[in-house]
Amino acid sequence: MNNATYRVKATKKHSIAKPSFVRAVFAIVLKDLQAEYRSFELISAMLVFSLLVIIIFNFALNLDIKTRETVTAGVLWTTFAFAGTLGLNRSMAIEKDRGCLDGLLLAPVDRSAIYFGKAISNLAFMLIVEAIVLPVYSLLYNRNLFQPGLLLVILLGSIGYVGVGTLLATMSVQTRTRDILLSILLFPVVLPVLLPAIIASDGFLAGVEVADSLFSIGLLVAYDLIFIAVAFMVFDSVVEE
Amino acid sequence: MITVKKLVKRFGLKTVLRGVDFEVHPGEFVALLGPNGAGKTTFLRILASLSRPSLGEVHIAGYQLPTQAAQVRARLGVVSHLPLLYGDLTAEENLRFYARMYNITHQELRISEILEMVGLEARRRDLVRTFSRVMQHRLAIGRAVLHDPDVMLFDEPYTGLDQDASTMLDDVLRTVAAQGRTVVMTSHDLVRAEDLATRFDILSRGVIAATATRKQLKKSNLLTFYREALAG
Repeated sequence: MNNATYRVKATKKHSIAKPSFVRAVFAIVLKDLQAEYRSFELISAMLVFSLLVIIIFNFALNLDIKTRETVTAGVLWTTFAFAGTLGLNRSMAIEKDRGCLDGLLLAPVDRSAIYFGKAISNLAFMLIVEAIVLPVYSLLYNRNLFQPGLLLVILLGSIGYVGVGTLLATMSVQTRTRDILLSILLFPVVLPVLLPAIIASDGFLAGVEVADSLFSIGLLVAYDLIFIAVAFMVFDSVVEE
Repeated sequence: MITVKKLVKRFGLKTVLRGVDFEVHPGEFVALLGPNGAGKTTFLRILASLSRPSLGEVHIAGYQLPTQAAQVRARLGVVSHLPLLYGDLTAEENLRFYARMYNITHQELRISEILEMVGLEARRRDLVRTFSRVMQHRLAIGRAVLHDPDVMLFDEPYTGLDQDASTMLDDVLRTVAAQGRTVVMTSHDLVRAEDLATRFDILSRGVIAATATRKQLKKSNLLTFYREALAG
């Protein structure tokens, strides 16, 4: 290295071409999963926070069994929403702190591929945390949460939450007050996802028919699509300024 | 290679660049100098397609920004004082990730070439967060040249480097320039700029206040030229 001779030019022709959208998304997801596998930083923070919230609620709502049943959906989604904010903030802070966000933006890829890559990684982290929280909640509150309808609602709600959350986290991470700004921006915007998710979850936990929850599920699907479409359209502008 | 015409950049009511005209020919090494707040980093971020111009035209390697940004980015290597590397990935994983993002063919061969070039072959499987600042900077340069770019942008590359690392960077910059790449470097270090660059542009109050080639500068020195440009 100190010979002052550096072979910077490629010795063979290493042609480059604009990578396909899917390849770029896959590269980002793989990179995030690899980094998280090493550090376990993001999932552990989300998980510890979620479990603490559930335990605190368990003691705070030391009510009779019937009342507990009525608050399950609310407690679950409050836990997911707060833990999700923690994860989104950390996920984008990792990109920002060492200039890696610029590294991503300098790549000759469609910038919406960066959005989808980050959103899919964030969704994966959130689903992993939810998959651990659900059995713990079931044990503490003595409720069976492993119902296909409820799991579908959790999946759809998480997609909408992460869809808009990834976009807003990308915006907030570029500010000095990023830790509090994301919560302030995200919760009002994500309410249209959280409300039908809570209503549908409540319905499934109360044992209502799938047909009775179709409206809420339809709303969730619609908001998921709207949020992802809006993020897809504006992400380029958000990251450039 | 780089043509900028009447470039204006505004942030809200504040105008940072006020009609910059700038042209760099293939193989030139331009040192972009100026005081803090002159707009050097903003200018470089626009060239790197990380920020959009408010007004004006920017062409790099025949492609226009921001409309043909992907084509420009494929021909551009950027080094800043931040490493743009992931601490929880190893050196080779970082390079592999960027090789995928640039869709480089023969990725493993190129990664080995780069690691050898920056003297990190033996540390290829170590996490970047365990690297010293100098090693991270070496790898950052490797990342920037991974896709064999025609144009290199260096934004204050000497910031935070000790004497050894600065000397290493001098050598890398000389090699990069000797290979016919076009280089634009912002710096506060006039001595290093004078030593390396073939042309000197002074950015002051949002415009190029003065420009001189190495030949033109022979009559005076860069410090005098710099002071006169800022005073004028």
